[in-house]
Amino acid sequence: MAIIVTEKTKVLVQGITGEFGGRHTKLSLDYGSQIVAGVTPGKGGQFFEHGAHKVPIFNTVADAVAATGATASAVFVPPPFAADAILEGVDAGLDLCVAITEGIPIRDMIQVKRAMQGRKTRLIGPNCPGIVTPGSGKDSSGGCRIGIAPGYIHKKGHVGVVSRSGTLTYEAVWQLTVKGLGQTTCVGIGGDPVNGTSHLDVMKMFNDDPETWGIIMIGEIGGSAEVEAARWIKANCKKPVAGFIAGATAPAGRRMGHAGAVVGGAEDTAAAKIAIFKECGIECAVTPSDMADALERAAKRLRAKLA
Amino acid sequence: MNIHEYQAKALFEKFGVAVPKGVAARSPAEFESALATLDHGPFIVKSQIHAGGRGKGTFTDGFKGGVKFAKTKAEALDFANRMYGNTLVTAQTGPAGRKVQTIYFTKAADITKEYYLAILLDRNTSRPVIVASTEGGVEIEKVAHDTPEKIFKIFVDPAVGLQGYQARQLAFQLGLSGDFFKNAVKLITGLYRMFWETDAAMVEVNPLITTADGGVLALDAKVSFDDNALFRRPEIGALRDLNEEDPKEIEASKYSLSYIALDGNIACLVNGAGLAMSTMDIIKHFGGSPANFLDVGGGASKDQVQAAFRIILTDPNVKGILVNIFGGIMDCNTIATGVVAAARELGLKIPLVVRLEGNNVAAGKKTLAESGLKIESADSMADAAQKIVKLVA
Repeated sequence: MAIIVTEKTKVLVQGITGEFGGRHTKLSLDYGSQIVAGVTPGKGGQFFEHGAHKVPIFNTVADAVAATGATASAVFVPPPFAADAILEGVDAGLDLCVAITEGIPIRDMIQVKRAMQGRKTRLIGPNCPGIVTPGSGKDSSGGCRIGIAPGYIHKKGHVGVVSRSGTLTYEAVWQLTVKGLGQTTCVGIGGDPVNGTSHLDVMKMFNDDPETWGIIMIGEIGGSAEVEAARWIKANCKKPVAGFIAGATAPAGRRMGHAGAVVGGAEDTAAAKIAIFKECGIECAVTPSDMADALERAAKRLRAKLA
Repeated sequence: MNIHEYQAKALFEKFGVAVPKGVAARSPAEFESALATLDHGPFIVKSQIHAGGRGKGTFTDGFKGGVKFAKTKAEALDFANRMYGNTLVTAQTGPAGRKVQTIYFTKAADITKEYYLAILLDRNTSRPVIVASTEGGVEIEKVAHDTPEKIFKIFVDPAVGLQGYQARQLAFQLGLSGDFFKNAVKLITGLYRMFWETDAAMVEVNPLITTADGGVLALDAKVSFDDNALFRRPEIGALRDLNEEDPKEIEASKYSLSYIALDGNIACLVNGAGLAMSTMDIIKHFGGSPANFLDVGGGASKDQVQAAFRIILTDPNVKGILVNIFGGIMDCNTIATGVVAAARELGLKIPLVVRLEGNNVAAGKKTLAESGLKIESADSMADAAQKIVKLVA
């Protein structure tokens, strides 16, 4: 079943003619994702070609949606123009916008989030690796890949993964796949302090998804999103959940790569979050090598199946 | 990006936020003329560094206090000469302290009461929040802990901006009336406009003061800006003080590397911020001490890897290096080739553990094994961390 995207989701790529957007459109096409359109203002009428694929390019998101019925977008647009690209997708009535861009000014995202209130589009990101629902083909192809995650590390199965990180998420996904524990959907919500979808938003969806039997939640220092999710999990989630918080050794007040990874006070340190995870019954991975094992421990505790 | 108090106050003045009259002096030659501009004392003589706790700090030569009250011009000059070029250690600078290269002279204010005022992003609502308190001049975390009812908050709706009624509400909550009320509303409004229009990340005024003549002034100013917005704020970027930054961090940013120096002796080179943070964490978990955070990002070209190694090796504390790369789209063999080239060209002598996983990992491991260099391969992050800690011990 999966959440948010399936192998049938029709995707358009904003910024398809850029180097970054183009490279990942090719990889998504190879993975079997339904990339049905690209949008680059001024290049409407052209085509993005890759092997047997000929993806039409449009001037606007509205044009692309009208012509192809696309419902989701991947935004590969540079920071000065990314907020604009997101809002264009929202206005065109998309169900989903996945904003990959890192470096969007916080003020722009404050405005985007405000403008999106009451609109139907779900925003994931920005500054995120995107979302993958693995398929049943070779190296999990045949699914839906929106963003920049490597497709081959995934495997179709029953574990949900939600994370702020990119490569740390791939670490968790690969540990699961190597153990034979496939995934329903892997969602990278991104490392920015203002984002469209939180850990809690995704947890609720995993909780409601009959195909998801266990969840790994990966967080970082800064903000209270993981704590909010943990408290909800304690009250509402009967499935096994494992967690990991990166940044136990990060000094306070410094931005650790991600714009949102800054310790603000006593409550958004790794130690504080891990303590609350434990209180809420989330099995904590002791090290990043321990994430898949932690989920197995959680499942064992609840006598639940993961595969 | 951080700026000095004197720069923040100059910005405040542009936006109608009242501050005591002050002049900055970048060298002892400027002290006399700065003080002349201020006419007569008493003065406050303030060391300018990008860290708080200056008043309670101590200089490395024993001189106490980075913020001093001076009754006369002579006293002010004396303090300034003691501070300038001296190294100030405060609770926020770390034991090494910071060299003082600018002195800010201000007229001493006649303080009636101290308050607290700050503007920052509220992460729960994704809106700017204005935080005010009747308890100024103390640590706001302590107030939040002991007397949270003395903290007031206004959330600004970005669709309409700060409304007059909101600024008034805050001023009333602070117990102000008459001229104080009027001037506080003006200050709060100006401060918010500054926060929004300069893409500030945080603006903190502690203390905000009322003065005997009905004035409301920002006595201190701590301002930082959203790094993501600097591309559109060249006038803010121009305020950057490279002397306040670690030269290794400055060098790293030239190569699009994200680098933060720490205290330990095991250096890391990782792709991805979350993976980099957890690499530091796992080193500590196995008894080691990370020397840095370093995210090479999605690229990691040969040049970047080499630049990263060079920067790492300028840290005299570094006794070993851990490279942890999860090759997603990135080819592990490309990284391995870059690591071997860098190690060879720099004549690397200290232990190097490389953990590769992902795309084309077998070829990458082969490149490392056949390099003829002393490079240890590792399979998992746990394996890698344990190996490097052992080699460095």
